[in-house]
Amino acid sequence: MEASTERNPPPFPDPMDRETNSNKLEEESDDEGEDIFTGNIKSTSGTPVNQIPTDIFTEEGSGTTLQSHRVPQQDANGLRSEDDQDLFSEATVELSIDKVNNRERKEMTRPSPSVQDISFKSSATNKSLEEWEEEENKDKFELNIAVTNPEKVGDGMNAYMAYKVSTQTTLPMFKSTTFSVRRRFSDFLGLSEKLSEKHSHHGYIVPPPPEKSVVGMTKVKVGKEDHSSAEFVERRRAALERYLKRVVSHQTLLQDPDVREFLEKDELPRAVSTQALSGAGFLKMINKASDAVNKMTIKMNESDNWFEEKFQEVENEEQQLRKLHTVVDALVNHRKELCVNTAVFAKSMAMLGTSEDNTALSRALSQLAEVEDKMEHLHQEQACSDFFLFAELLADYIRLLGAVRNSFDHRMKTWQKWQDAQNTLQKKREVEAKLLWANKPDKLQQAKEEITEWEAKVTQYEGDFERICTTVRQEVLRFEKEKARDFKIHIIKYLESLLLSQQRIIKYWEAFLPEAKAIV
Amino acid sequence: GLVTLTRLACYLQSSVFTRHRKLLLQILLPHVTRLHQIRTPPVAAMMQEGLDDGPDFLSEEERGPRAVNVDLQTDATLQVDISDALSERDKVKFTVHTKTTLPNFKQNEFSVVRQHEEFIWLHDSFVENEEYAGYIIPPAPPRPDFDASREKLQKLGEGEGSMTKEEFTKMKQELEAEYLAIFKKTVAMHEVFLCRVAAHPVLRKDMNFHVFLEYNQDLSVRGKNKKEKLEDFFKNVVKSADGVLVAGVKDVDDFFEHEKTFLIEYHNRVKDASVKSDRMIRSHKSAADDINRIASTMYSIGTQDSTDMCKFFLKVSELFEKTRKIEARVAADEDLKLADLLKYYLRESQAAKDLLYRRGRALVDYENANKALDKARAKNKDVLQAETSQQLCCQKFEKISESAKQELIDFKTRRVAAFRKNLVELAELELKHAKGNLQLLQSCLGVLKGDT
Repeated sequence: MEASTERNPPPFPDPMDRETNSNKLEEESDDEGEDIFTGNIKSTSGTPVNQIPTDIFTEEGSGTTLQSHRVPQQDANGLRSEDDQDLFSEATVELSIDKVNNRERKEMTRPSPSVQDISFKSSATNKSLEEWEEEENKDKFELNIAVTNPEKVGDGMNAYMAYKVSTQTTLPMFKSTTFSVRRRFSDFLGLSEKLSEKHSHHGYIVPPPPEKSVVGMTKVKVGKEDHSSAEFVERRRAALERYLKRVVSHQTLLQDPDVREFLEKDELPRAVSTQALSGAGFLKMINKASDAVNKMTIKMNESDNWFEEKFQEVENEEQQLRKLHTVVDALVNHRKELCVNTAVFAKSMAMLGTSEDNTALSRALSQLAEVEDKMEHLHQEQACSDFFLFAELLADYIRLLGAVRNSFDHRMKTWQKWQDAQNTLQKKREVEAKLLWANKPDKLQQAKEEITEWEAKVTQYEGDFERICTTVRQEVLRFEKEKARDFKIHIIKYLESLLLSQQRIIKYWEAFLPEAKAIV
Repeated sequence: GLVTLTRLACYLQSSVFTRHRKLLLQILLPHVTRLHQIRTPPVAAMMQEGLDDGPDFLSEEERGPRAVNVDLQTDATLQVDISDALSERDKVKFTVHTKTTLPNFKQNEFSVVRQHEEFIWLHDSFVENEEYAGYIIPPAPPRPDFDASREKLQKLGEGEGSMTKEEFTKMKQELEAEYLAIFKKTVAMHEVFLCRVAAHPVLRKDMNFHVFLEYNQDLSVRGKNKKEKLEDFFKNVVKSADGVLVAGVKDVDDFFEHEKTFLIEYHNRVKDASVKSDRMIRSHKSAADDINRIASTMYSIGTQDSTDMCKFFLKVSELFEKTRKIEARVAADEDLKLADLLKYYLRESQAAKDLLYRRGRALVDYENANKALDKARAKNKDVLQAETSQQLCCQKFEKISESAKQELIDFKTRRVAAFRKNLVELAELELKHAKGNLQLLQSCLGVLKGDT
């Protein structure tokens, strides 16, 4: 993680209404300048935003614009007054920035090996964790992201879909407040690769990107302009949007310049290593396989039961969610089936209506056919919302839980590394002892040097391990909170969509009833 | 009520118990008590449906027979209904109950037990009776078909060990409900047949019908054996070929010509609509089943822990449990009011077509007899014979034509009335369920949003 040292950390601000002396573990571990944000709050809220971002953001909204569940905004900010913010009403990510008041803590979590004092005690950790858990709502900055306008670029097998990634933000680290770029799917994958490389072995839960689909993309490339490829594109677009939102809602990841670059830079170098059938792709597969084997052979002495329990929980949850996802998927399919069958039935009813010779009954039957037709549309929309609000949510979380497990794995690896270093050190010491006995001064010198080297490594790895433990703990808690919130929001939205359907059903049948009663 | 119950109880005790029967009886016993009719003017309205102890909007509803002939209401001289029914391993026993003021019967009120084959026998006796050629014979009730349900029950019994107690109970309840629904349907269809016969001015006087109603021994009507079934099959083939020929003959009478074209088209479209409605309702049922499974899965997630999220899941699972019951009811009601209606009119329109066929046949016979008479007169040979034959044909044809006209008009009236009744009820039920659903969702959302 690079520290952005070009910024001059402003003097410690007076925390507005926060405890000054809480031992909080900060989240942006690299940036000494996190105080920038607090310092700058006043200034940004003062500046009126002249640029009216309507042009960027009024394009086709996300396909799942339903009755939006507006997340209340804290900062009264010129942008909020825009009423065509439907794009963002579900999109707001509230960033909370911890106040760092304790320099010691800050330095500790810096990943560079210059660890000065490991005055780190587990009790202290627990205490600070609790406090960190309690802390909510700090100064919120806005960062709204939308992925829209999928457009096909190119032709034939070299074609690809380009998506417009629009950002609207008040964060000062970006060059402007509203901007957009065009990205393709491999760009997203490239970003996720980089983030994963950089952060996951520190224990951060890096959100996994949406899945690749050779079949789906091929259809699009070939140019089949049919319903299923449109669906595929929409599904991907929604997934990409959710992915980006998750990335930016993670403080550490947001600070990563790669993310910034992704959002801001006009042209990105093509991420070739993400291609499925490339050399890099194969290398990755091999690495994954070897990792899996290694995982099985590591036996860790778990000193802290918390990790063991959590890991179990995560695994259980993943299983449960998988089960739920299968069932929801079945529901989506049945609803689609119902949709088709209702349409067919409506037509058949209309035919029956025309052959019926009693005029009133004939009219009523045609009306019934119309009602069923409307029901078909309703079912179609319902199936969509089933899918996008519920099924995709579950699918995302199943993958995220996989990422959680990864961070646990990294912790194990770090532990392993530490243990290995300790063993090596032990061996070196034995060698030294032997040399002492055999009295070979020149080799002894070398041995002594090696020992010092390994002692340093042991200390470093131990520090790494402690750090990763903390990070994993933090991350898991953060993840759980976010998960609970996410589920609540989405399921409530889903229920609201169900409610809407029922209201419409009532409307349709109420319109039909007098027709039926009028049959003579 | 009590008499029926004790009678039933004795009957049940005496049967040989297999595992399946045990299950079936466990299912039926609590419900059999509810299989009492409720007398309401048109024709006896049916059993009450009480699936579960849900809130009010899930409770009972009435069902009437499919073809509601408005004339039926005032007839107290002969009232027939099925007051009870019992399902055994492979047959259903219906208790046919008659109340009459007609002198031809020995008593004023009596009951007999009949099986499906006896209904078919009665129907066939009508069809084969030349006297009734000019009437629309009420369509025979379809055979009670519990095979699918029984299979599922069997599978459930076999798989008992492999699922949790809750799952087992839930599935058992569902199957019970399904079984009950099929059961009630078959009872209703048999009842409708009898009511139509009882309401028909001519058919109600039929001797076989009286025997059917009154004779309290087994009618010894066996189902058709293979040979007879084969004969029937060929008869049908010949008949449909003949029907095509007869239909091709243009009718002089406008009314009948119009009816013919109308009925053929109508019958085909009703058939189509019936098939499509079945498919639609099946999808609906599957969707309701899925919601059920979602509810159970969410429940098991919710019971893992007592975190906020788990509580949330529990509440949502509760909601889904309730809404899926409503959805299942919606599908069941659509089945009843729409699919069954279409199926019934499929059968009746076929019966009407049959009538037209018979008339057409008689017309052809009449025309042939005329030709034969002319030929005989020309040859001056067997003239008397030809004359009598021609006269018979003429009489037969005219008799059929006359009654057929009225029958077809009645058919129309009945059909319109039945559609009206069912469509109105369908719309009302859809509204009721949608409002119920809405209420559930609103209250649940209120709770959930309030919590967050």
